[in-house]
Amino acid sequence: MSALLTVKGMTHFFGGLKAVSDFDFEVPEGVIYGLIGPNGSGKTTSFNLITGIYTPTQGDILFEGKSIKGVKPYKIVQRGVARTFQNLRIFGNLPVIDNILVARHYTVRSGLFSSILRLPSFIKEEAEIREEAMNLLRLMKLEGRAMEQAKNLPYGELRRLEIARALATKPKLLLLDEPAAGMNPKEVHDLMDLIKRVRDEFKVTVFLIEHHMHLVMNICERIKVLDFGETIAEGLPEAVGKDPKVLEAYLGKRGA
Amino acid sequence: MGSIFNVQQVINGLQLGSIYALIALGYTMVYGIVRLINFAHGDFFMIGAYASYGAFYLFNSFIGAGNPLAFIALIIAMVAGGAVASLANQLAYKPLRYKPKLSSLVTAIGVSMFLEFFFSAFPFIGPSPRGFPELLPKVMFTIGGAQVSNYVILDVAVAALLMIGLTFLIQKTPLGRAMRAVSQDKDAAKLMGIDVEQIITWTFLIGGAFAGAAGLLAGLTYPRIQPYMGILPGLKAFIAAVLGGIGNVPGAMLGAYIMGLAETFSTAFNSLLGEGIAFVILILVLLVRPTGILGEKTADKI
Amino acid sequence: MKFPKFLAASALFFAVVQILSLIGLLNGYWMIIINKSLIYVILAVSLNLINGITGQFSLGHMGFAAIGAYTSGAVTAIIFKLSPLTLTGNAGFALALIAGGLVAGIMGFIIGFPSLRLKGDYLAIMTLGFGEIIRTILNNIDFVGGPRGLSVPMFSSFPIITLFAVLTIVIIRNLIESSHGRAMLSVRENELAADLAGVDTTRYKVMGFVIGAFFAGIAGGLLGHLIQFMTPSQFGFLPSAMVLILVYAGGMGSLTGSIIAAFVLTFLTEVLRLGIDSIRDATGFPIGTEWTMVIYALLLILIMLYKPDGLMGMREAKILKLVTPGTPAKAMEVAK
Repeated sequence: MSALLTVKGMTHFFGGLKAVSDFDFEVPEGVIYGLIGPNGSGKTTSFNLITGIYTPTQGDILFEGKSIKGVKPYKIVQRGVARTFQNLRIFGNLPVIDNILVARHYTVRSGLFSSILRLPSFIKEEAEIREEAMNLLRLMKLEGRAMEQAKNLPYGELRRLEIARALATKPKLLLLDEPAAGMNPKEVHDLMDLIKRVRDEFKVTVFLIEHHMHLVMNICERIKVLDFGETIAEGLPEAVGKDPKVLEAYLGKRGA
Repeated sequence: MGSIFNVQQVINGLQLGSIYALIALGYTMVYGIVRLINFAHGDFFMIGAYASYGAFYLFNSFIGAGNPLAFIALIIAMVAGGAVASLANQLAYKPLRYKPKLSSLVTAIGVSMFLEFFFSAFPFIGPSPRGFPELLPKVMFTIGGAQVSNYVILDVAVAALLMIGLTFLIQKTPLGRAMRAVSQDKDAAKLMGIDVEQIITWTFLIGGAFAGAAGLLAGLTYPRIQPYMGILPGLKAFIAAVLGGIGNVPGAMLGAYIMGLAETFSTAFNSLLGEGIAFVILILVLLVRPTGILGEKTADKI
Repeated sequence: MKFPKFLAASALFFAVVQILSLIGLLNGYWMIIINKSLIYVILAVSLNLINGITGQFSLGHMGFAAIGAYTSGAVTAIIFKLSPLTLTGNAGFALALIAGGLVAGIMGFIIGFPSLRLKGDYLAIMTLGFGEIIRTILNNIDFVGGPRGLSVPMFSSFPIITLFAVLTIVIIRNLIESSHGRAMLSVRENELAADLAGVDTTRYKVMGFVIGAFFAGIAGGLLGHLIQFMTPSQFGFLPSAMVLILVYAGGMGSLTGSIIAAFVLTFLTEVLRLGIDSIRDATGFPIGTEWTMVIYALLLILIMLYKPDGLMGMREAKILKLVTPGTPAKAMEVAK
């Protein structure tokens, strides 16, 4: 398996604070890769760096072998990297289906003129993307909500909507930022199934950040553990789970 | 084509800057405390001018021209400015304090329009311009080849005194400490037992009072007052505050004097430039260094 | 299909007003009010595109109108000296209007770009600054009269104004109900999420300004040629604030709201003015008609305090939108 995402020596400072220190890792294509670590260890910052919200102070980021350092976020998304957010960022006042349609916008070929003049090509394209959007909603069990204002949805459905929206950009790499936050055990279980299905059916590589050890240990095929911006362990779940440094970081020196 | 950078222009610029400084201080203090661009601030300036005019008009029989009168007029102007500012805060800004900022901005626009149109519509006040009485007999003398009136001394001196007073207040008094605390971190200040709303009220009072004082000075110096007189000076003083660093008190003073001098020199050079220089400065500052000369950068956490 | 209904409704409106005017039931005075309302519809709808749909904040909207007014005025009155009585004159006017819109659009592009890095308050002030710069520059161009103003022929007839108003509504509505419109809305809703959904937010923010400016320019040209006289002061900050009040009253994000607000408030102003005049004549009490403006300012404050969503919030009348909320089946229908 080739590496879809390669991060080399990525370091990032916020003023004098080193948030991310010399990250080196590869996310192979087709795996479910997990990044865990305590709060403030640099997880979300890593996602922000990979998606181009910040440009790393040092180091490089390669997607499909090409550098994406300094590339604008929307272009990175168009190249095939999608993400969800820890604090939900949905388009609240828009209908649920519009949230999905926005993510398909960059693939739309109808220009301003054909849109305004309502040319047949525009109408055909609109019908197509709406059909695809509904299919995606159906997969997420949200199709009944299609025309509701997104902000009226309950929390769990909003999380699924974010994932659906990210998938609508037709990504090759899907970054999930704490997808299980605020979920009860049953929801977490459903989420794990969903992530596996998404990886299998959409052929995306999944890279997730999580706190939920249960979820991470059960569905991730590779794990990287961070603490204070540095890597303290990396590899297969069983090995990482037993690594003393990991246990110390999570449970304190006397934990086992 | 003589030099425009002569003593006369410098003196005029400092005079103008003094008036801008008094207005700019109110803008910057309010922004520092509640992050609101109070569009109506220039109108407190106008109200100060009208209040002292009205007071003089009413007490005309008792008072002739002379020094003590100017002092009373100053008090009246400041009280009027402060009072209206306080009212605006209580009625229009306080209810929207914790709503999206744009609502407060738009409301401030509404308050500004209200004050301007109200004074324009009210019988016996507007809309025609009125000549301001010469409360202090005008005396001209020459300094270094420039024609200077005692009004220049008055403007600069009053502004300086008020600015010194304000600096003392902010640095050395409990109220000033509380104001600085609230402008740094409202929640922390609350936790330390500071009544944030009260501090906000004081800030509006002081800011409005300063604007009112500026109104009186402007009325004396450029002796025509009309209900819309606050729009342009208010805008320019605001730009001056942005130039110096909005939220920063010394910044407002610095920005105001730079603005006063820039405007005076530009007008001497070319009247079109003089009219537009304030806005050019605004655009440049916002593009190049939005935090202003003395302002600090704040980063957003995502 | 609801959309042809809108065109039918507009045609009906046009016919009714035209007939009433021809048989004398609507005199010149009320025709001017109707014409002004239509022009304010264009102004409000175009500002709504910038503020309400794309979520930016422009306080200098009348600056764009000024550019349109003066450009078209220069064409009709100075460069070509067109006459409203000839067909070529009227055709030339239409072209002049579009030219005015284009120049305004270019200005929208210039102003749009630097504004990209600014948000909220700062963006508002920046646009205000630009509006004032435009006004100052126009004040100093003697070619178009400077502060003394520019006189232009009466080109803005009811048919032409109605035509452009309908076109504006149709074009902007079609834009909003399309993928591009959704892109603009996403910028308003959550700019970062929009970026991360692949939307070139920069492009759409600028596009909002450019298109909004274009239509404002057209409105400016229509207004100038209605009053037959234009001065830079007609396009300053206070007039911009008036358009802002229209958009807020109608509902930020609702075209229907802007249309309704433009008509209601324009008519209301006249009614108030007449009312004040008659009170003054009857009682001798010296109330000036400036009080209508005081009421406007109060209206804005009250709206912001008690009903910031305005009349319609972000909703649209069914006639402009196709789908009604609630039914998933409707999600598949395309808004034609």
